[in-house]
Amino acid sequence: MGRYIVARLIQSIPVLILVSVISFGIMKLVPGDPAILIGGPTATPAELDVIRANLGLDQPFHVQIWKFYIGLVQGDLGTSLLLGKPVLQATIERIPVSLSIAFYSMVLTLFFGIACGVVAALNRNSWADQGAMVFALLGVSIPNFWLGLMFIILFSVHLGWLPTGGYVPWQESFGGWFATATMPAVSLALLQIGLLARITRSTMLEVLKQDYIRTARAKGLPEFVVIGKHAFKNVMIPVITVIGIIFSVLLSGSLVIESVFSVPGVGSLLGSAVLRRDYPMIQGGLLLVAWSLLMLNILVDVLYAYFDPRVRYDHGS
Amino acid sequence: MASTPPLLSVRGLRIEFGTDQGPATAVDDLSFDLRAGEVLGIVGESGSGKSVTALSIMGLLPTPPGRVVAGEILFEDSDLLKKSRTDMRKIRGGAISMIFQEPMTSLNPVFTIGDQLTEAVRWHERVGMAAARGRAIEMLHKVGISSPERRLEDYPHQLSGGMRQRVMIAMALSCGPKLLLADEPTTALDVTIQAQILDLLRQLQEEFRMAVIIITHNLGVVAEFADRVLVMYAGRTVEHASVEGVFDRPSHPYTEGLLSSIPDIEADVLRLTAIPGTLPNPHELPPGCRFQPRCTYARDECAAGPPPLVPVAQSHLAACIRHTGYRRGAAAPPAMAGVR
Repeated sequence: MGRYIVARLIQSIPVLILVSVISFGIMKLVPGDPAILIGGPTATPAELDVIRANLGLDQPFHVQIWKFYIGLVQGDLGTSLLLGKPVLQATIERIPVSLSIAFYSMVLTLFFGIACGVVAALNRNSWADQGAMVFALLGVSIPNFWLGLMFIILFSVHLGWLPTGGYVPWQESFGGWFATATMPAVSLALLQIGLLARITRSTMLEVLKQDYIRTARAKGLPEFVVIGKHAFKNVMIPVITVIGIIFSVLLSGSLVIESVFSVPGVGSLLGSAVLRRDYPMIQGGLLLVAWSLLMLNILVDVLYAYFDPRVRYDHGS
Repeated sequence: MASTPPLLSVRGLRIEFGTDQGPATAVDDLSFDLRAGEVLGIVGESGSGKSVTALSIMGLLPTPPGRVVAGEILFEDSDLLKKSRTDMRKIRGGAISMIFQEPMTSLNPVFTIGDQLTEAVRWHERVGMAAARGRAIEMLHKVGISSPERRLEDYPHQLSGGMRQRVMIAMALSCGPKLLLADEPTTALDVTIQAQILDLLRQLQEEFRMAVIIITHNLGVVAEFADRVLVMYAGRTVEHASVEGVFDRPSHPYTEGLLSSIPDIEADVLRLTAIPGTLPNPHELPPGCRFQPRCTYARDECAAGPPPLVPVAQSHLAACIRHTGYRRGAAAPPAMAGVR
C-alpha cells in the first residue's frame, strides 16, 4: 500500500506543474494592463509604476516566471494586495474554518445520503423509497445559496434559533461553532445527500441481485450481516468514487455559501479576491485548492484499494 | 428400503411466478422423496423448474415474483414452508446447504476466502475465530486445495474457477449438512475440471453420508453420480426412476430424447439427435401433455388432459398416455424405442 501511495504522489507532480502554469498565466491573461485594473481609473502613472514594480510586471518575462517558480518552491505565493500579508499565511489562517464546515457537511452527506439510499433500496417501491427519492430530487434541484438564504429567513429571522452568519472556532466554543456552522453545512450537504442517496440506492439494488448475496443467504447468515457486511462493502466501491467528487464540490460550493453566511473561510477569501482583483491571492488560492483536490483524489484512490482488493497494486497477481 | 422414513419429502409442490402477463407456473404438482444418504438427480432443460425447486427447499425463492402456492416440503417430518424466517436461517447452511452453478460470481469479491469460509461456522455453531479457522483449513484440505493456510488470505479473484467451486463446496459442507443441493455444480467449468469436481462431490457424499440433490441438464452427470433420477419438463415430472431404469428403459419420449442427445463415441452414427422445438412459454402451455408439441408419438388424446404419473415398473414412474392406454388395455403398448 505504501508503494502505491508514493506512486500516486509522484503521478500528481505533472498535474501540479500544469496548474502552476495556469496560475502564472492568470496575470498574463488579464486583458490589458493588470496594474490599471488594480489601480483603478484615478491612479496616476507614478502609482501605476509602483503597482507594476510590486507585482514584478516591469521585469522581463523569463525573470518573472523564474521568480514565480523560485517563490513557489520556497512556499512563497506572493503577497495579497488587499490584506497586505502573504497569500499562504492568509489562506492557512482560514483553512480550519472551511475544512471544519466541509467535514461537518461531509459527515451529514455520508450519513444521510447512504442511509436514505440503503433504506430506499431495501424497501424498493414502498412509501419509504418514494419519500427518500422525492427528498433526493428536491436536494438535487434546489440551489444551495437559495436554500442558505431561506434557512436564514426561517431559522434566524423568524424562529431566532441560529445566528444569521459569522463563525466561532470550535476550539473556543463548541456550541458556538455548532450554531454558526450548522446552516452553512446543511445547505451545502442537502444537494449532495440527494446525489449520494440516488447512487447508493441504485448500486445497492444492483448488488442485491448478485450471486454472492444469494450465497451469503444460503449460508444462513442473518439479514443484517448479508446487507451490512456482504452488500455494504460492495456498495461502497462506486460510492467512494462519488464521495471524492462530492468533497470537491463541497469545497467549491463553500465559495458561495461562505459569502451567504459571512463565514471567514477560504471560500469567502477567494470570493472577495476575485471580486476585488487581488491577483496574487487568486493565483495562490488556485494553487492551494488544486493541491488539496489532488490530495483528496489520492485519498479516494487509497480508500478504493481498501474496499476493492482487486485494485491493490502491490499484490503479486 | 421403503421402511426408512424419508429425510426430505416434497408433496404436491406448485410454484408460480408473477409476471406482467399474469402468474406463470414454474413447478406444477411436484412430489418426490429422498432418503438419508441418497443421491437424486433432477434433470431437465433450463426453465423446466429444477433450480426453482432447489431454491424453494432452501427458502431462497425470490419472493416476489416467485411464490409457493401449494404443497409441502417436509424435512425430517416438519414442513420447511411453515417455518419462521429465523428457523429457516438456522437450517440454511446448517442441515441443508447449497452450491451454485457460477463459481466465478458466487463468492464475494471483497472478502477473503478465509473470511467467507469461517462465517457459516461462526454463525451456526457459535464457535470462536480460531476454531472456525481450524475448520476452514480442514475443509479446504478435504476439497483438495493445497496449502490451505495460505489460501485463507486469498481473495476470490486470485483463484481459478475450479478452485472457487472447491471453496464453495468446502463452504457448503463446513457445518456438516444432511442434505446438499447442487445446482449445476459443474456446468460453468472446463470439461477436465468438471470430472474432478464430480469425483470430489461423490467422494465427499460417501464420506459425509449426506443426501444430495444434483440438478443438471446433463444425463451423463446423473449416470455417474445419482441413485435415482427425476426428469422434469415444463415444471412437471415426466419420469422418475432409478438411474438403471432410466437408462435401460426410458419410459417417456422426453427422456428418450435426452438420452439420444448424449454424444456416444462408440456409435456409428456421427449425428447427434436433438429434440426438435423448444420448451413451451409458461404463459402458453399446451393443453394436456406439455411435451406433446415436440413429441414424435403425439396423438390427439395427448391434448385431452395431463397424463398421470403412473408406475411402469418397480419404482419407475412415467407420465405418458401410452402407459395409461396400456394399463386400461385399450391398445397394445407401442414398442419402447430402444435407444441404447
